[in-house]
Amino acid sequence: MMLDSTDRAILNRLQDGFPIAAEPFAEVARELGIAEADLIARLQAMKDAGVITRFGPFLDAAAMGGAFCLCAMAVPEADFDRVAEIVNARAEVAHNYRRSHALNMWFVLATETEPEIARVAAELTQASGHEVLCFPKLQEFFVGFRVAA
Amino acid sequence: MRVDATDRRIIKATQAGLPLAPRPYAAVAARLGMEEAELHERLRALKARGVIRRIAVAPNHYRLGLVANGMSVWDVDDQRITELGQRIGALDFVSHCYERPRALPHWPYNLFAMLHGTTREEVEALRGEVAAILGDACRGNDILYSTEILKKTGLRLRPEKG
Repeated sequence: MMLDSTDRAILNRLQDGFPIAAEPFAEVARELGIAEADLIARLQAMKDAGVITRFGPFLDAAAMGGAFCLCAMAVPEADFDRVAEIVNARAEVAHNYRRSHALNMWFVLATETEPEIARVAAELTQASGHEVLCFPKLQEFFVGFRVAA
Repeated sequence: MRVDATDRRIIKATQAGLPLAPRPYAAVAARLGMEEAELHERLRALKARGVIRRIAVAPNHYRLGLVANGMSVWDVDDQRITELGQRIGALDFVSHCYERPRALPHWPYNLFAMLHGTTREEVEALRGEVAAILGDACRGNDILYSTEILKKTGLRLRPEKG
């Protein structure tokens, strides 16, 4: 799908937040100077084409009483598949990526409570035979991501 | 502060997405059997408490042609991490930016910034821009490209217990 400048303006505007109002699309469309029906049709097309993966509330696990932590392991190549299987089998693992570094397995733990992070990390260290390093978020500087307009 | 049962129903009804219709909240409220005004009020409260970070779109970086994503990591002077982290987080090619603890001696990096570009060469150029901003407050850096997604289920509310 080719995005035109209106599509890009919509993507950038809607990453900043969507109004909580009776007719929120009408409000955003007015801001962008387009018709409400055009805005909805373009969003639908971008969703259908997979340009938009999700449109809705983004939740903070910690604020809901849960905990989140980025973790990493250095896994020898010969042992990689076995360890990936052990890690992926845990329901607490939300994402897991292979990355090009000595620390080559990076995953996110999501648990109901803070102490469970350390417990799951220790269990994975035990089960895999490789140390799980935890990198909890200390400060967040996320501002957003802009598509070239 | 925790979310109550009604909040959880709202989160569950919306976490897969809002309807693309002129009155999306009215549609959700009808499905939940509540007044639209109450839904607005609860969503505002969840946002104010930080349970909902924002209501927004998530673009697919790959479909936008941004196929090269690198997790850049930096060893930044602790005295300047807050100021510099904010500047890096504000760059338009950075999607996530966090301060995280070092894991010495193997891991000296305390600033993580996800960089997006159309090619690795472009991402390397962006890495150079970040390095220029950090200047001598940075003692070293590295970049980790993801080479394989091993698992991706995302964050979902767990089913109620009991």
